Amino acid sequence: MWEYSEKVKEHFFSPRNAGVLEEANGIGDVGSISCGDALRLMLKINPETEMIEEAKFQTFGCGSAIASSSALTEMVIGKPVSSALQITNQDIADYLDGLPPEKMHCSVMGREALHAAIANFRGEKWKDDHEEGELICKCFGIDAHLIEETVRANNLTSIEQVTNYTKAGGGCSTCHDGIEEILIKILAEQGKTLEKATSKKKKKLTNLQRMKRIEQVIASVRPQMLMDHGDIELVEIGEKEIFVNMSGACSDCQMVGTTLSGLQQRLIDDLGEFIRVLPASQLNKVMGGRA
Amino acid sequence: MKPIYFDNNATTMVDPEVVQAMLPFFTEQFGNPSSMHSFGDKVSSALKKARQQIQTLLGAEHDSEIIFTSCGTESDASAIMSALKSQPDRKEIITTVVEHSAILNLCKQLEKEGYKVHYLPVDKKGRLDLKEYEKLLTDQVAIVSIMWANNETGTLFPIQEMADMASDREILFHTDAVQVVGKMPIDLKNSSIDFLSLSGHKLHAPKGVGVLYVRRGVRFRPFLLGGHQERGRRAGTENTASIVALGKAAELALNHLDFENQKVKAMRDRLEKEILSQVPHAFVTGDPENRLPNTLNIAFEYIEGEGLLLLLNKQGIAASSGSACTSGSLEPSHVMRAMQIPFTAAHGTIRFSLSRYNTMEEVERVIQAVPPIVSQLRKLSPYWKDNAPVQNFVPTYA
Repeated sequence: MWEYSEKVKEHFFSPRNAGVLEEANGIGDVGSISCGDALRLMLKINPETEMIEEAKFQTFGCGSAIASSSALTEMVIGKPVSSALQITNQDIADYLDGLPPEKMHCSVMGREALHAAIANFRGEKWKDDHEEGELICKCFGIDAHLIEETVRANNLTSIEQVTNYTKAGGGCSTCHDGIEEILIKILAEQGKTLEKATSKKKKKLTNLQRMKRIEQVIASVRPQMLMDHGDIELVEIGEKEIFVNMSGACSDCQMVGTTLSGLQQRLIDDLGEFIRVLPASQLNKVMGGRA
Repeated sequence: MKPIYFDNNATTMVDPEVVQAMLPFFTEQFGNPSSMHSFGDKVSSALKKARQQIQTLLGAEHDSEIIFTSCGTESDASAIMSALKSQPDRKEIITTVVEHSAILNLCKQLEKEGYKVHYLPVDKKGRLDLKEYEKLLTDQVAIVSIMWANNETGTLFPIQEMADMASDREILFHTDAVQVVGKMPIDLKNSSIDFLSLSGHKLHAPKGVGVLYVRRGVRFRPFLLGGHQERGRRAGTENTASIVALGKAAELALNHLDFENQKVKAMRDRLEKEILSQVPHAFVTGDPENRLPNTLNIAFEYIEGEGLLLLLNKQGIAASSGSACTSGSLEPSHVMRAMQIPFTAAHGTIRFSLSRYNTMEEVERVIQAVPPIVSQLRKLSPYWKDNAPVQNFVPTYA
């Protein structure tokens, strides 16, 4: 069982301001159903005074996601937009007498929704983080900008904490090097260093080594396919994807998706980087003029 | 009101008769069964009786085929490691993507050590493709390890047939049967199963005791080395009280097999029928045709399981969920993902697992409780409006 504070439970069992706000003039939709959370925050902001007069939410998510949304609405009602923007995810967690570390991402989502709703009110396009920073965690779509901001705001010092707060790194874990780089950078600014235990870095492969490794992995899966009267051939190696030709029984096998994703996982494990395995038919689509 | 426990696939209450049977082994009969005096002798006889009780429940030919262990996980690991050690020339393992982590995490480790593991996929109803399986059965395979029933969905795999197929090709076959023992009749002497794992606490015995069945004639290499206990196949002083308890629980389980397959099944079926008829956008996961009699796994679309569990718990109803948030991982359960349950539903899966201690009155209470909780959470969900799913909610960041 999660150890939720009484305040979290109370906000979950009796959420404040749940539902649709018909007269909302600022709406923020954030989150992702694929990682289990999604939040629509609706604000009614007085255009003249920029005062948040009403706030409501709808949330798909666990107990702490619903409690965080409820807390957020209570925190912003009656506040001018300018001071609402100062609210950090830590403020939301504090308001609830804390969240379990694995659930801190719920408070981050609350803050994001607030910024998105205010951007929507101002007629701006909310600068979603994909455009702002390099995408670090491909599994959960978390970029460098959000990780940096969260690390600074919460004084995070380890990859595990970053995962707890943002979900980044919680999937295939190939982005741990990227998260580590961000941590090292920010800790350096604060005159600190990353603890040794977490800072073992994988040596980057040369192009030739990488190519050979990919060939080896493909060679290791071929016998199985030959046994199934099919075959696989490596066609092209790109920066983030490789292209293969499936032939024989494999070309029209219903399992082709599973086979490719199995191969992809083997490559990810072997190379220690995120790589996509695509059928060669997509070569032109993905690589465009290059191919 | 008395709380309702519908989470019997997680663990079960120890039967009061079982508790009575084990209590003397803490005080009067505390002897070490290996000792050469009457203290040891009495306990040694009690262990023999327990072994025979397990033998009877499993339909094993010899009581010496029963090895007591500390848990299901130990039994699983002992079977697989024994097969690998006794056949060093065979470097492959066949299992499924929906196994318990006791098997999956062991296999992951073995892959790192150079073994090749074939993970059989499942279809959308959680079923295996036996043709795919057949293709993998080569002389490179040291052992096949397939769960008899899935813990999350209750889906039963055709274990007898799969064991026969392995046996025809002289490949060892292990089944993790922790969810099946005590719920379905088992007759090992008329099967090709070489190893079978079970766990005491799933059948109303205490936690901390399990069994590995090893067919006579199968080469065995012990997992734990040390003393001569269990004929040198599992060292370590026997957990006597719990072994006696497990024996008693096995006897009771055998007496209740009909109850399990009629009364418990009837309760489960009523729960399923009523919830599905009252809650729209809900469906049963797994294979309804081949399923444990006590298990019901329902996906409630557009809501998240943890909230449902918290609200059920508030009304004194205990169940479990395959949602990401309840497990501490960030993705929904590997079983739901393997069956390609859409994300909108996988996060909202709830498992109700019953036992002979549940009653129809409890089923009625749960039937009353679930629909209002689901609609309460759907009202909170941005994917739901006016009793229907919303198609156009597309949050940034997805």
